Amino acid sequence: MKVTLTVWRQPGPSATGRFETYEVDEVSEDMSFLELFDVLNDRLIGKGEEPVAFDHDCREGICGSCSMMINGRPHGPELGTATCQLHMRKFQDGAKITVEPWRAASFPIVRDLVVDRSAFDRIVESGGYITAPTGSAPDGNLILIPKAVADSAMDAAQCIGCGACVAACPNGAANLFTAAKIMHLNLLPQGQPERWERVTNMVQTMERYFGSCTNHGECQTACPKEISIDFIALMNRDYIKAQFKQRRLASQRG
Amino acid sequence: MTKVSEAPKARLERPVHPAPKEGRRRPFIVEFYGSAVAKKWLMAVTGIMLMGFVFAHMVGNLKLYFGEKSLNQYAEWLKEIGEPILPRTGLLWILRFALLGAVVIHIVSAAQLTRMNRRARPDRYKAPRDYAAATFASRTMRWTGVIVALFVIYHLMDLTWGVGGAEWTSGEVYQNIINSFERWPIAIVYIVANLALGVHLYHGGWSMFQSLGWNNGKFNDWRRMFAIGFATIVVVGNVSMPLMVVTGVVN
Ligand code: HEM
Ligand code: SF4
Ligand code: FES
Repeated sequence: MKVTLTVWRQPGPSATGRFETYEVDEVSEDMSFLELFDVLNDRLIGKGEEPVAFDHDCREGICGSCSMMINGRPHGPELGTATCQLHMRKFQDGAKITVEPWRAASFPIVRDLVVDRSAFDRIVESGGYITAPTGSAPDGNLILIPKAVADSAMDAAQCIGCGACVAACPNGAANLFTAAKIMHLNLLPQGQPERWERVTNMVQTMERYFGSCTNHGECQTACPKEISIDFIALMNRDYIKAQFKQRRLASQRG
Repeated sequence: MTKVSEAPKARLERPVHPAPKEGRRRPFIVEFYGSAVAKKWLMAVTGIMLMGFVFAHMVGNLKLYFGEKSLNQYAEWLKEIGEPILPRTGLLWILRFALLGAVVIHIVSAAQLTRMNRRARPDRYKAPRDYAAATFASRTMRWTGVIVALFVIYHLMDLTWGVGGAEWTSGEVYQNIINSFERWPIAIVYIVANLALGVHLYHGGWSMFQSLGWNNGKFNDWRRMFAIGFATIVVVGNVSMPLMVVTGVVN
């Protein structure tokens, strides 16, 4: 098949960017969207032009590196699919496809389609961990966890940190990412000792870098892991509770 | 062509929302209000207060359909509630100040969060976005909110202070309403403003549950229904009055 790609080209962080259009033919419909870019880049290099810089690593939907705004949607039109898992058969022959980088103040463009997502690291550093004694692994089933809780925590833990939620949000808010990173720990017994500190610190760090949620719901539609905005509500609830909590009584249930 | 953006490192060292100065303890209220999640929580709480008012206000005013005496007596009663423990119009003034406070918190938070969101996405997407979930209502909250606020000011001038251009006599609530709503342009203003309120409540009546953290698989589906039901009742009730007067059904 043949596609017309309109791609954002920007040589560096402070350079001026613009769209370039490339006709790419002899595209197999079994290719992934990233392989389409591999083909394009090979041809660009062959012609002595600069290849398009884009982020990628695992190419199987688990690392969260790939990040392209495809036809106005993060990771393209397919639900629950990262760019690397998006196949060309999902597009019509002769399709016109526009690709640009994530845009957010705290995701500055490094080059072409590559953005710096280290603001996410700042959020996780501020509380996305538990303090546990390391050493030999504890016995299984020592801490009992209701099935529903384990399922919910695992749903949140699926977040791969790709940033599609921020890219999709009209406010440039990172509430879905932050909620996922907070709640997979706050739901579990192991996360309880630091529960209130975690939610306070991570929300406040998030607010230094990103916008504020107005419950549009764009993020959960864009999320390749289909993380639900239910977690945002749970995060909001924990955050408000944490503000009113008497710290001395914080280890009590409820 | 985009603006020249900053180097990534410089950008991240100057975040959207500066951190408070180290080592300075601020009063709890200031600390609390400093957070966007808390501002949204306050917007939901004040939004509920305003929804309570809007609903009671509508129910009370529907006495228009029970005749002049019924409506005027109700208006008189509003001044008496709380007596004798409070002076005449005492409770009314307490409620008025509570509402004013709620409106101020709601609007100031909305304005500050809007600014924060603009800073969080200074460069817009250069190609058209394809929204998948955001609704007309959710994307126009600022505008429907502003329309409602401007309308409330006009509405107070028109029917509370009597400076809206129609013949107005203190205490003659029924007649004042008829005098005002008989004017076609004014009836249209009331109708449009209440439609805007309905759109605001279609999103707000749902969104507030998320902001308050009221999320439970058992009732999540009902949250949207609640918003639709509430917005519909308010719009039908409030729009009916100018419509009935201007078409001469009530006079
Ligand atoms: C009768 C008047 C009003 C009522 C009953 C009302 C009600 C509500 C409710 C219930 C919410 C949802 C709260 C949340 O989830 O955060 C909301 C949100 C909001 N309101 Fe109002 N409001 C009123 C007036 C206004 C005015 C005058 C403005 C502004 C100028 C305004 C601007 C907003 C904005 C920007 C939001 C953000 C909502 C979002 O996107 O989630 N509102 N309102
Ligand atoms: S919540 Fe979803 S969209 Fe956001 S960073 Fe995690 S995986 Fe990506
Ligand atoms: S490249 Fe790893 S998720 Fe797409």
